[in-house]
Formats: sequence, structure tokens, C-alpha cells
Amino acid sequence: MSRAFNRSWIVVMLWLGLFSVATAVQRFPPPQFSEPRELPEPTTPPPRSITMETVDVAVLAAALMLAAWLILKKRRRGWIVALMLFSLGYFGFWRQGCICPIGAIGNVTLAIFDASYALPLTVLAFFLLPLLFTLFFGRVFCGAVCPLGMVQDLVLIRPLRIPAWLESGLRLFAWLYLGLALLMAATASALVICRYDPFVAFFRLGANPQLWIISFSVLAVSLFVGRPYCRFLCPYGVILRQLGRLSKYRVTITPDECIHCRLCEDACPFGAIDKPTVEWPDSQRVKARHRARVLLVLLPVIILLGGWIGFKAAPALARSNAVVRLAERIRLEETGLVADRTDESTAFRTTNRTIENLYTEAEAKQQDFVIGSTLLGGAMGLLCGLTLMRTHICFRRDEYEAHRAGCVACGRCYLSCPREHLRRQRRTDLQPAEPSA
Amino acid sequence: MSDNLTTTRRRFLREGMWGGVLAATTAAGATLAARAKNDRLVWQIDPYKCIACGRCATHCIFTESAVKCVHSYAMCGYCDLCTGYFIPEPKDLTTAAENQLCPTGAIIRTFVEDPYFEYTIVEELCIGCGKCVKGCGAFGNGSLYLQVRHDRCVNCNECAIAAACPSQAFVRVPAEKPYLLKEFK
Repeated sequence: MSRAFNRSWIVVMLWLGLFSVATAVQRFPPPQFSEPRELPEPTTPPPRSITMETVDVAVLAAALMLAAWLILKKRRRGWIVALMLFSLGYFGFWRQGCICPIGAIGNVTLAIFDASYALPLTVLAFFLLPLLFTLFFGRVFCGAVCPLGMVQDLVLIRPLRIPAWLESGLRLFAWLYLGLALLMAATASALVICRYDPFVAFFRLGANPQLWIISFSVLAVSLFVGRPYCRFLCPYGVILRQLGRLSKYRVTITPDECIHCRLCEDACPFGAIDKPTVEWPDSQRVKARHRARVLLVLLPVIILLGGWIGFKAAPALARSNAVVRLAERIRLEETGLVADRTDESTAFRTTNRTIENLYTEAEAKQQDFVIGSTLLGGAMGLLCGLTLMRTHICFRRDEYEAHRAGCVACGRCYLSCPREHLRRQRRTDLQPAEPSA
Repeated sequence: MSDNLTTTRRRFLREGMWGGVLAATTAAGATLAARAKNDRLVWQIDPYKCIACGRCATHCIFTESAVKCVHSYAMCGYCDLCTGYFIPEPKDLTTAAENQLCPTGAIIRTFVEDPYFEYTIVEELCIGCGKCVKGCGAFGNGSLYLQVRHDRCVNCNECAIAAACPSQAFVRVPAEKPYLLKEFK
């Protein structure tokens, strides 16, 4: 063995006892080469350029405009499907599902609660554009632009009819998901929506096993239940539903008068066509009014119950935060309840932070979770109460119409309407005839 | 008549709320836009926080992790006994596989002049496990360290490795300066 080896070996043995953790220390002097030598530099391949992100925003805006025109004016399912396929290809497979407005909820929330996080303008644009379009034209984003919706829409082969009570019950999960996502983002714990994205595994053709399982489950359910993610989980869908209620223009099964032919009854696989209501008999109306009143009185109790459940769930939810988890672990180690060290605690002990400092930060986080979780529980209680109350109120409707909130603007119902066929016929007849030869 | 009145009232309410929500959305958007930045943020590893736990190799959404080892040559001691290259107490200081720390043989050892050797990372073979990083950091100069390679990283909004990182070494950095390179101090 060379002399150099022996020398370095001794040095290594010396350091062996002193340093057990990786620290960045210049232990050995740089080499003294006999001839000057050009040292190689590590390569630094650049990330995707920012101009491409601006292009994405432009494509999103263009796609939304085109979607609004195709859905509300052109009214052709074929064209809508074509735009769907384009969106799926561009936002899904080409852009690999990021950034999307659904996930942007997390970034926007994070930016509101954490001043140190600078929200990129493109992300903000992605978040706001579909909201504004929904306020004007209904859920055209869901109808022809969202790649997650497209996957589910295109694989739907045999839609099952879901009873209205189950539908409104399951919809509460979307609210809960939105609430949890906001809580996790606000406390800077996790971007839950992105972590459990249903289709990003397909878009990237790569994911961890958990994501693959989610993807295939949602895909399997989508074969028989129309857009399950959009209806029962999508947190952005919850927001768009509420804005859709107010939208300036909306999807109509036909712009002409409804003739109550009932042909569109089965056209919507998403349960978003409302039938004309029958007048309730007096006895039922009295009973319903009584129940609604009881529920109204019970509402504060339901809210309090929800709040209490939220309060009780706070410690468990807080554990999703890395700081809280670390503080718990350090506390265990300090009190001697566990002998070994985890990677997390080892890493913490190499920093200069004091344990008290960590405990204080963790307690503040836990406090945030108590407040957030209690509020979330209360809000969920309120929503449950309102959902129950709604079943006891008779809304009057004279025509078959697409539900303002529930309609995802897919354009399936247009062709089921005979009035629509007539209207199209008229429009073709009105066009100037080809000059004959 | 009464029917007409209800429709009008309902419409009035809806239009009022529509205006309100539109104004609120625009205001909220403008407030956020004022605070927003025009840069894009990308993920990167702070090499001074990284403890080379090995999760980069296993937690990336891609089977071949976007995290790879890079080598800061200016910091390297060009040691014969490189603790990033050799296993503890190697049989020989040769390139034989049983002496190497790297599970994929991704480090090339070339003789420069006595007693110096240069170590080069073959990026195609590196899996980002950080074994060499740990070895180099524990007994050497710490010139080997892990970085997110941006030709491979798709910049997930919720980076799966960042979520699993025990030392919170994953940070968001501006896309204009996407690497946190170590330099000789």
C-alpha cells in the first residue's frame, strides 16, 4: 500500500471517533497538482422555462373561451368532445397535470396564511380564470377543459342512477375534502389535493403505489358512476358549484320552450337534470314544514356537535404536520420512553435549534389545528343540517332544466330534446341555399 | 301577479349576489396578485440540511429518482481512500465491486497523479440513494451531495420526497437559480 493510503487512513481513523453525523467540513486540503488542472464543474440542466407557463395560462384562457362558445352557443357534443380530447392531451399528458386549478387551491391558501410563500402569478391565474368563467358561463371548465373530468367523462360506459338522497349525502365528502385541504394548506402541513390526485399517475406514467391504487380505483368507479371524483370529492368542484348557481348564462337543455316530453330524463349521467315538481299534498306540506322547523331549532345543536367532533379530531389531524410529529418524537426521546433515534430526530439534533424552541413552534401549530379543526367541524355540522333541511322544502319548477350547480356542461342532454332537433332543422333551413349550377 | 313578484325577487337576489361574488373574486385576486411573484419556484435540496437518509431514492414519484448525486470538484480532496467511494474498511483500494460503496457502481475513479484520484458521477447510473454523500460527509470534505436534477424533475406541486424528507432539506427556490451548489469555502 502506498504512503498516501497510510496517511489518509490515520486521518480517517481520527475523524471516525469525532464525527458520527454528516457535517460539511473541509477536512482535507485541496490537492496540489504538479501541473495546473482545469477542475470540472457539475452540470446544471435548467428547469422548464417560465415562458411555457405563460403559454399554459394563454391556452387555458383560450380553451375556456372556446368551451363557453361550444357549450352555450354551438351546442354540439361532438365539438365538445374534441375540445375535451385536446385539453386531456395538453393539460393532462403534455403538461403532466401540473399546475391545475384544483391543486392551486392549496397554493393560494398557503400564500394567504404564510407570507413567506410567494405565489407564482401563473398559479394565481390558473386558480382564478375558471372561477370567473363559471360566474359568467357556468361550469364550462368542468365540461371541456379539466383533464381530470375528461378521463372520467370519456370512460363512462354504463352510468348507474344514484338516488338524490345518496347524491347529496356523498357530496358532503367533497366539502369535507375541501375543508381538510384548506386546513392542511393553511397550517403549511401538506398540499392534500395534489398528494391524492386521482389521475396524475396516468399523466406522468409514473407514481408511487398509493397514487396508482387511487388512480385505478377512481377509474374503475368512473366506468359505472358518472364523474365520481367531480361530484363527490373534487374540492374545486365544490367552489364551482356555488358559483355556477349564480352564473350569468347557463346550459339549457333547449333554448326553446320545454314540452315535457320526458325524453331528457335519462340523458344526464350526473343526475343534474331537475324534473318539474309536483305540488305536494297539504298533509305532506304541513309535515315537511314541521320537520324543517324542528331541524332549524336543532341546527345549533348539530353545529355544536360538529364543532365538538372537530375539536376532538384536532390532535390526530395535527400529526400530519412534520413539526408536530418531530416535537412528539423528541419528547418521547427526552423522557426516555424510546431508546433509538429516527432520521428526523437525528437531523434535528444536528441543527442548533433548542428543544424548547421546537416545542413552542409545535404548540402554536397544534393550537392552529384546534381552531381550524373546530371551525371545520362546525361548518360540516351546518352543511349536514342544511342538507337535511333542503329535503323538506318544496322548490317549484315547471320545466325540465339543467341544475345550475350540478350541471358539468358536458352537452349530453342536447340531442335528447326533440325541440332541439327542430331548432337545428330550422337553423339549417334558414341558411342561404347553395347557388345551383 | 304574486308569481311574477317572486321571480323578480329571486332574480334580483341572484343578480345582487352575482355582482357581489364577482367583485369579491376580483378584489381577492387583485390582492393576491399584488403579493404574487412573477418567478416560478422549483424544488431543490439544501445540501447543508440534507442528512443523506436515502429517501430520495425511494420516495420520488418516478422509479428512477429525479434526485442525483453531484460532485463539487473544487471541494474534493482527491483522496486515495475516498470514503464516498469505498466501503468502511475496504479489502483493497481498487475499483473492484466489493470495495465500492455505490450500489450501482455510478462513481468512476480515475488516477490523476500520485496520490490523487478523481471521482466522477455517472448520472445515468446514480439512483440518488446518498450512500456516497453520507460517506463523504462523515469522513471527507462533503464534496459529494444530492441535488434535484431539473431535466428529470417534473416539479410536482406536492413533492413526494419533500413530504418524506426528515430534515426539511427540500426547499422551493426561484427557477432562475434552480441549484444550491456547494462551493469551496
